[in-house]
Amino acid sequence: MEIIEVSNLSKSFDGFFAVKDIGFFVRKGEVFGFLGPNGAGKTTTINMLTGLARPTSGEIKIAGHDGIKDIKRVQRIIGIVPDESNLYDDLSGYENLVFCSALYGIKKSDREEKAKSLLKQFGLDDTGKRPFKAFSKGMKRKLTIAAGIIHEPEILFLDEPTTGIDVESARQIRRLVKELNNRGTTIFLTTHYIEEAERLCGRIGFIVDGKIVKVGAVDDLMREAQRDHIVEFSLGSRNSPVLEELKSAFQDVSIDQTKNGTVRISSKDKIEIMPFMSFFSSREIAVFEARIIHPSLEEVFVRVTGIEVNKMKNEKEGKKR
Amino acid sequence: MNSLVAFWSILMKDMKNYYLKPPNISWGIIFPISWTLMFFVRSGSGEVDIRSILPGVMSLSILFGTTSMLAVTITFERKSRSFERLLLSPISLKLLMLAKTTGAILFGIINAFIPVILALLIVDLSGIFWLAVLAGVALIAITSTFLGLFIAVAVNEVFEAQTFSNFFRFPMMFLCGLFIPIENLPVFLRPISFILPLTYGADALKQSINGNGIIVPWLNFLTLLGFAFLLFTISTRNIKKKWIY
Repeated sequence: MEIIEVSNLSKSFDGFFAVKDIGFFVRKGEVFGFLGPNGAGKTTTINMLTGLARPTSGEIKIAGHDGIKDIKRVQRIIGIVPDESNLYDDLSGYENLVFCSALYGIKKSDREEKAKSLLKQFGLDDTGKRPFKAFSKGMKRKLTIAAGIIHEPEILFLDEPTTGIDVESARQIRRLVKELNNRGTTIFLTTHYIEEAERLCGRIGFIVDGKIVKVGAVDDLMREAQRDHIVEFSLGSRNSPVLEELKSAFQDVSIDQTKNGTVRISSKDKIEIMPFMSFFSSREIAVFEARIIHPSLEEVFVRVTGIEVNKMKNEKEGKKR
Repeated sequence: MNSLVAFWSILMKDMKNYYLKPPNISWGIIFPISWTLMFFVRSGSGEVDIRSILPGVMSLSILFGTTSMLAVTITFERKSRSFERLLLSPISLKLLMLAKTTGAILFGIINAFIPVILALLIVDLSGIFWLAVLAGVALIAITSTFLGLFIAVAVNEVFEAQTFSNFFRFPMMFLCGLFIPIENLPVFLRPISFILPLTYGADALKQSINGNGIIVPWLNFLTLLGFAFLLFTISTRNIKKKWIY
């Protein structure tokens, strides 16, 4: 059963389309990953789905409600964890949680009990009266997630939940996301960590330049990618004539040079390595390493979007800093 | 009921976080004393008729207290993105903005009565129509707070909120009839006086405290209500346009 249905959704700013004519659905109880580089339209899409931005055109249906006209009803059943913490600096963790639950009309005794239990669940019960501004990045992130789920939403929107925090906190957050999902919460996750998406999501949508370029189940996407066989050679020479010569000598495979200088051979069939070794040896080109690449979701992402994953990560981390 | 829980929590959080902070409480006391001293120096003779300056000190205490506080707190929350959390909550925008402004309105009302308490210690305040004073104070507080909201929606930075507040406050201060009676203003400035909400608020207080207003009381109250409605409507419409982009 679909809990989020988006069709022909667009958002333009002074004629520039940040999101153009996108459509996808999210099934109840799944973790849906929304992947794309900076400026691809991920946050604009989340803002439209949660009521912080008005679509220029298109339709949104969330849990059977009109996500544009009936947004206040939708906001009752969704939780939002933005990419940057938006809690109150001067309030303690407990006060922040109690306040956030009050926004959903939860009665006093329930919200106090819920706040205490969430602080414990997130390992923040020893923060006492310490104000939010004195929390570490990881603690802030965890409290922001706790604030997003205190009213027990049916759908949780998580925008870059692990960006810019330490490894241990990131692991804890991933574990929490899994636990939440196991309890039946539908999760809409944006991330630029492909491996995170691979580990957490059931289905994934890739967005580039405001358009969705691919949507599919992670398993299907991986299967598609793993049809290819890839071998990568680290060579002592990086010159293009050799690459051109290589291409004309082995026309039945696809040959590219990666940004870090390795030569990548890919084919639908198994690749025999010896002919390549002989080719390099005859031209006195040193081969430092030859390795078989097992296509991952990252491969799918690169192929679909044409964007280098490391570049995307660095951009995002730089932005956070 | 659910919305009332949210309304009350926002109000209480703002009171605790902003309005009941020691610097603001001391502002509420120092501000009217400074104005009284200014009138004292201005009189030259060293004698000040406290009762006659009371409407002015009360009006300015409200105006300066509410516009700054609201414009700054909302701009600050917008910058820190905590305001986004409120916009994403399931309460209507109008109720949310009423919750955000009620703290400033109460702060303005309390500010207005500090000079009254101080005056009670030194002069006789008998014969004042207190119900009308309370109505006047409440309406000035509401109008000034909504002016602060209007300013908050128009700016992006905290310093801009301060500057823009002064753009409205200083002309109002000098043209509302508190320092110079409106009838003594140059003819070309008089119409401006009558488009400023503080003119009607100050006149309502003058009338109820000293019986020397120049506008009929019901017109003062009605005009202030009109200003409040207009400023609130424009502000919420601008919020929808600018912040729910």
